[in-house]
This record gives sequence, C-alpha cells and structure tokens, in this order.
Amino acid sequence: MARAVTTRRKSLNTILAWVIGLLIFFPILWTILTSFKTEAQAIASPPLFLNFDWTLENYAIVQERSDYMRFLWNSVIIAGGSTILGVIIAVPAAWAMAFVPSKRTKDILLWMLSTKMLPAVGVLYPIYLLFIRLGLLDTRGGLVVVLMLINLPIIVWMLYTYFREIPGEILEAARMDGATLKEEILYVLTPMAIPGIASTVLLNFILAWNEAFWTLNLTAVDAAPLTAFIASYSSPEGLFFAKLSAASTMAIAPILILGWFSQKQLVRGLTFGAVK
Amino acid sequence: MATQHSRSVARLMMAPAVVLLLGWMLVPLTMTLYFSFKKYLPLRGGDLGWVGFDNYVRFVSSSSFWPAVQATLMIVGGVLMITVVLGILLAMLLDQPMWGQGVVRILVIAPFFVMPTVSALVWKNMFMDPVNGLLAHLWRFFGAEPISWLSEASMTSIIMIVSWQWLPFATLILLTAIQSLDSEQLEAAEMDGAPVLKRFYHIVLPHLSRAITIVILIQTIFLLSIFAEIFVTTGGAFGTRTLTYLIFQRVLESQNVGLGSAGGVYAIILANIVAIFLMRIVGKNLDA
Repeated sequence: MARAVTTRRKSLNTILAWVIGLLIFFPILWTILTSFKTEAQAIASPPLFLNFDWTLENYAIVQERSDYMRFLWNSVIIAGGSTILGVIIAVPAAWAMAFVPSKRTKDILLWMLSTKMLPAVGVLYPIYLLFIRLGLLDTRGGLVVVLMLINLPIIVWMLYTYFREIPGEILEAARMDGATLKEEILYVLTPMAIPGIASTVLLNFILAWNEAFWTLNLTAVDAAPLTAFIASYSSPEGLFFAKLSAASTMAIAPILILGWFSQKQLVRGLTFGAVK
Repeated sequence: MATQHSRSVARLMMAPAVVLLLGWMLVPLTMTLYFSFKKYLPLRGGDLGWVGFDNYVRFVSSSSFWPAVQATLMIVGGVLMITVVLGILLAMLLDQPMWGQGVVRILVIAPFFVMPTVSALVWKNMFMDPVNGLLAHLWRFFGAEPISWLSEASMTSIIMIVSWQWLPFATLILLTAIQSLDSEQLEAAEMDGAPVLKRFYHIVLPHLSRAITIVILIQTIFLLSIFAEIFVTTGGAFGTRTLTYLIFQRVLESQNVGLGSAGGVYAIILANIVAIFLMRIVGKNLDA
C-alpha cells in the first residue's frame, strides 16, 4: 500500500517537473528549432514545430555574410585568455592564503570580494579613457585584461575554497618522507589541486564568454566577440528570425555543454563558498 | 608550521593578485571621483574647470533621475520576488523523488548559460514581437489582441526576460541548500501529522533562510547593473531606463562625463550598501 502511494507520488512529481522543465527550456529549444527553418517558415502562422523542411542554409548565410568565425575566435581568445591569465595570477595567491594563513587572510579575501561589487558603470568612463590613451580600445588584449580583473576575485575565492580542503597532514607526511619543497608541490599537491583548478577554469570561462557590459562598450569591429555580434541583430534591418536563431544557437551551444558539466561549481563559485 | 621565511614567500605569492586588484579599484575610482567634480564635456570644449558638487546636485535634480530610480527598483524588486518564490517552489519539487531528475535539472539550469544579448533578443523577437512573436500567436489563438510587449508592457517584459535568466541561479542554490536538510526531521513531522504548509513554515523555510539571503544579496548586486538586456531591447525607452543605463547614456552617448561620473559615484555607494550585508554573511562563513 505504502509502496503504491510512493509510486503515484513519484509519477506526479515526474510529470510536473518535466512540464515545468520543458517550459523553462522552451525558448532555447525554440531558438534551436527556428535556426533550421527558412525565413518564411520561421514566421509562419500558425507556428511550425517539427513539420518543416529542415535546412542548414541559415548557418551558411550567417558565416558568409558576417564572418561568424571571426567573432567566435574573438570570444575564444578573450574568454580563454582572461581565464588562463587569471588562474596564473590567482593560484599562487590562493595557495598562500590556504596554506600559510595569517591574521589578515580573511580581510584580504573579503576586500578582494568587495572589488567585484564595484558597479562597472561607475568606472566606465575612466576605463574607456584609459583604453583610448593606451590604444587598447577594440583590441582583444585590452578585453583579456579587463575580464581577467573582474573575474579575478571569483577565481581566487574558488581556488581558495578548494585548496583549503586539501588536508595539511599530507604535506607533513611527505616532508617526513624526505620530500623537498619542489617534490612536495609537484607530486603531492598538484595532483590534488587539479580538479579544483579545472572547475575554476570552467566556470570562469563561462562567465567571461557571457560577459556583456565591457565587451559591448569596449569593442567596435576588430575585437568584437559573440555578445557584440548578437547585439548587432537588435537593429530593425536585422530582423530575420531564422538567421538570428542560427547565430544565437552557435553562440550558446558551446557554453550550454560546458555549463552542464559545471552545475556544482556554479553554486560554490557564485556564492563565494557561502553555499556548498 | 608557518615560519618567518614561508610568510614572506606567501606574501610574495599574493602580491600580483593584490597589486592588480588594488590598481583596478583605485585608479578608475579616483578618476571617477575627479571627473565628478568637474564640468567635463570631451566633445564640447573638454575640461571646463571645477564645479564642486554641482554635478551631484544636477544628477539628482534632473527629470530623468527619479524615473530611473523607480525603474531600477521595479526591475530589482520584481525579479527578486519572482525568482525567489518560484526558486523555492522549484527547488522543493526537484528535491522530490522522480524519474529523469538529472535531465530536468539540466533543462531548468540551461537559461543561466545563455549570454544576455542572446536571451534578450530571442525574447524580444521570437516571443514578444507583436506580429510574428510566439506570444502574439498564442494571444490570437485565444482571440485576444496581441500585445506590443516591449512598448506597451515594457517593464513587465524586461522583468520576465531577466527573471528567466536568473531563476536557474536561485533554484540551483536553493536546491543545494534543501538537499542538506535532514529528511528524517521532515518525515518525523509528517508522521506526527503536521500539514504541508506547517512543515514548510517551521522546517523548510528556516533551514533555507541563509541561502535565500545569499540569493537575494548576490542577485541584487548583479541586477543593479543589468545592461545588455536593456541595451538590445528598449534602449532605455518606454520607462525602462535604469540608473545604470542612465549613467551609461550620460557618459558615452551624450558625453557629459562630469554628470555621468557623479551618477557613477551614487551607483557605487548604492552597491556598497548591499555589499556590506553580503560580506558579513560570507565573512561569518569563513570563520566556521
């Protein structure tokens, strides 16, 4: 009897959850579907769900007309570059704070976090001006630096919470066995730290890929990543649903896939370790 | 065992990150403060000298200031209400036993990974377009007159779009928190015949209170500075010009840097008020 009730409840939960899940996912699904339609089918009334002639022409047109690959490449360089640079700078810092904590460690961590709270618009003009003076406007290098700086606090925080979970006794044991500092770092700590570093890289790549304040305001043509490329579709003459969908699908597909791997890290990274 | 030597090594290891962030914070902040006390119009005469607190007074007394404050509060408040309430319900549902839980969770989280310009444009064109949008089709199907969402119901539309983006974040964090709830406690309450609502108020909600606070604080900081969603939809028209967007327009569109910088200082102060509360919670967690 109790078993039957549980099964019934489980079925109800399943149905309800799937309906809500699909409803929330629907805009993404609809975008992907529309990207395979012709422009006429995309605005057909009543809307076509699966019963249309699937075509890849939109993808070809988007690439041909606006050189999609160039924007993609800019996104890869900017998101990848800022993440790698950020991790290189953050690993030693997080390492020192986790393994050689001092009285001020907590204050430094909180202060770093506070720089993340600085509203971008408050420093828009200074950064804009510095970019013009230094010749960085519309360059990938300039954006790599800015995105690295805005994500550095999150990178340090995430690495710190991961490093802190590495037990200190292991280090002592290695030292007892006569390991030198170099061996200790290379053979003991690095293997244990790699999963944490990988998660950090993943989440920060996603955040940098989707960043849409600095990438919109500091690029024009040459260094424009996908966020800016998509924004160019907001002009009325760009109102082509199928092409917009194809461009959007290509812009979000890589991140959707990466994102699914990073669900757990998302919570840790975005709450600064306050919820695990 | 931290020796004097390892301490100085540690300081050296922290130096690059600390110095960079210090520069990132102090240099632009000082410049914003500097400009905010000047009449500075790069395209119309450049630096026209010191004006004291003139910009601060003018920014607040301009006719677009209070509407911008109102728009900001409505977006932040509306999105927070929707995402927190729906987030709690959704997290509780996802915590129940079901088939295909992992897949449903992925479906629910997906919008968070969609870049802001894409979600805003997809909603604007493919859903909210008054002629060809899916919502217009739906309205016509039920015999109603389609709505021009972004001009007639601009605020509702923006709140809908942004809520869709942030619901996954709230749900995921609240779900993580719910999963740490002791299920035996709930079962015991159920055995004792406590009704669903009572169980929710006396067990689930108190357990979630910290996670809810964190969701509210973090989202507030991000929501105060949403930009792309307005940039590609209404461009600040139809009453959707937030404080962030107003400052952006002053600084880059009308190139009134002094006035915009004063607005920037207000924005920084506002964000810091929220940040102080968030830091307290995070700081307490560090000690534990």
